[in-house]
Amino acid sequence: MDAKPVYLDHNATTPLHPEVQQAMSAALEVFGNPSSLHGFGREAKQLVDGARDNVAHLVGAVPAEIVFVGSGSEANNTVLSVLSCPSEQCTNSRKGRVEIVTTSIEHPCVLETSKCLRDRGIPVTFLGVDRYGRVDPEQLEDVVTERTGLVSVMMANNEIGTVQDIKGIAEVVHRHGALFHTDAVQAVGKIPVDVRELDVDFLTCSAHKIYGPKGVGALYVKRGVPFCPLVRGGHQERGRRAGTENTIGIVGFGKAAQMRAQEMDEEAGRLLEMKTALRQGIEERIPDVAFNGHPTHCVPNTLNVSFDGVEGESILLYLDLEGIAVSTGSACASGSLDPSHVLLATGTPVERAHGSIRISLGRANSMEDIEYVLDVLPKVVSKTRRMSTAYAGRRS
Amino acid sequence: MNTTNTWAYTDKVKDHFVNPRNVLEDEDGYPADGKGVVGNIKCGDEMMVAIRVDGQQGTITDCKWKTYGCASAIASTSVLSEMVKGMPLDQAYRLSPKEITAELGSLPEHKIHCSVLGDKALRAAIDDYYTRHGMADRIVKEEARIVCQCMNVTDLEIEDAVLEGARTFYELQEHTKLGTVCGQCEEEATALLGEYVERHFGG
Repeated sequence: MDAKPVYLDHNATTPLHPEVQQAMSAALEVFGNPSSLHGFGREAKQLVDGARDNVAHLVGAVPAEIVFVGSGSEANNTVLSVLSCPSEQCTNSRKGRVEIVTTSIEHPCVLETSKCLRDRGIPVTFLGVDRYGRVDPEQLEDVVTERTGLVSVMMANNEIGTVQDIKGIAEVVHRHGALFHTDAVQAVGKIPVDVRELDVDFLTCSAHKIYGPKGVGALYVKRGVPFCPLVRGGHQERGRRAGTENTIGIVGFGKAAQMRAQEMDEEAGRLLEMKTALRQGIEERIPDVAFNGHPTHCVPNTLNVSFDGVEGESILLYLDLEGIAVSTGSACASGSLDPSHVLLATGTPVERAHGSIRISLGRANSMEDIEYVLDVLPKVVSKTRRMSTAYAGRRS
Repeated sequence: MNTTNTWAYTDKVKDHFVNPRNVLEDEDGYPADGKGVVGNIKCGDEMMVAIRVDGQQGTITDCKWKTYGCASAIASTSVLSEMVKGMPLDQAYRLSPKEITAELGSLPEHKIHCSVLGDKALRAAIDDYYTRHGMADRIVKEEARIVCQCMNVTDLEIEDAVLEGARTFYELQEHTKLGTVCGQCEEEATALLGEYVERHFGG
């Protein structure tokens, strides 16, 4: 088999941008603790500060509002855990406003944390979405009350790419006096994100989704909003996240953010062109398919498609054997056989949710890759359907 | 990208996944003596096994199949179809998931449940053959026994939970909700857990 590697799983993670690799390699020499007052420390601090400027710039924040953390998951865990603290004594006391409102299509790091908080007695509401995965701001109006402390709605969904009306949602949340967090891990670097324009209080982003390294995330904390650290015991990050800074990772994050600011606009057009060609090609060459997610309110790189009568994992593995890397939301791998919670939340029938794959494009992909996928995919789907109990009578 | 030997499954699973044997392509034209379907598309896998039987010898002469499911499910049905050709019916009737898995080399532990449907589908096909040929008395009914009275959980559900990865009483509870009310069944459930782990995963 002459497998040509084609990576189409950029929502899972991205390769390092060459410039990021270079910046990180150069920073390997710098070992000082950014908190130290001497020259070694100051040199490291300068690198961290420079990176903070770049990340802040990418999302329209001021540098002091950016808190570097260990991952997007940590940032999300932090916001939910901290903002639901029931303490009445603390200077940051939410004065009874500890209830959480979020959605049923969030990343597991938000869903699991919310469920854990609910088990500890914090009321949590999981808002549903429409068939494209969009939250209805009017419906939000009904569930945000004077006891709601935090509303958390992801900006772009990792599985289907649907982008929310974050500005509209923020407006509703603030009108009711609650704070608003958006998990923008899948949006930042793909579409323009400006925290002032969107009027969010907290925003999560992650380095490894934008051609930076794994193990670094950032949380935007709007100046003046109540906030406590989740990881305590150090003055780092202005006392908002203890632990000696991951200098090299942060340098990589900063460079990645800088490159995104330069490349994103041009690239978005190219990715959308490729995605459109892919979608049209699939429609033309494969019968009985359905596309998941919003056709236009969607990040330009993500295409989620269901094939009737087949199970997504076998499609994924047949593609893998041909060197094509995609992902599936259905989780036979977990042993639970649970199909994607996102697709189920959009009302996609269970069978169709089982038969879905996610194709997420990135900066190194070309139209040639799309043509290769369009050559291989129809054969794979047709082969799988021929041996399926669930595709009798029809022929692809 | 170097992916040599990094595939999630054994070479034999891969071989059967890439080149599935005995797929039933022409369902209407195949003169099956017995046919069985188990599983459910909603749950993520469904298998159909069709057999031809030499009534004089009491052996399976041919076996074809269709499967909706993941790579493990496809490979296990494929290997099963090769295993049972020429096999006496009563031996085929007792074929266990463990034997199918052994024939494949191995499956990741969380994938064992995918091979369980194969033997069930085969038994369903043999049951169908028995029914069609006036031998319904040979059908062995799988009878479930309630272990947890409060949550109405049976031994078969405990077995399924084990096949899906439960190894401790706590995990069993997570899978089945068993023992979450009065807790009186803990001792019996733990014993059954050990028995099923030994049966399906023991050396």
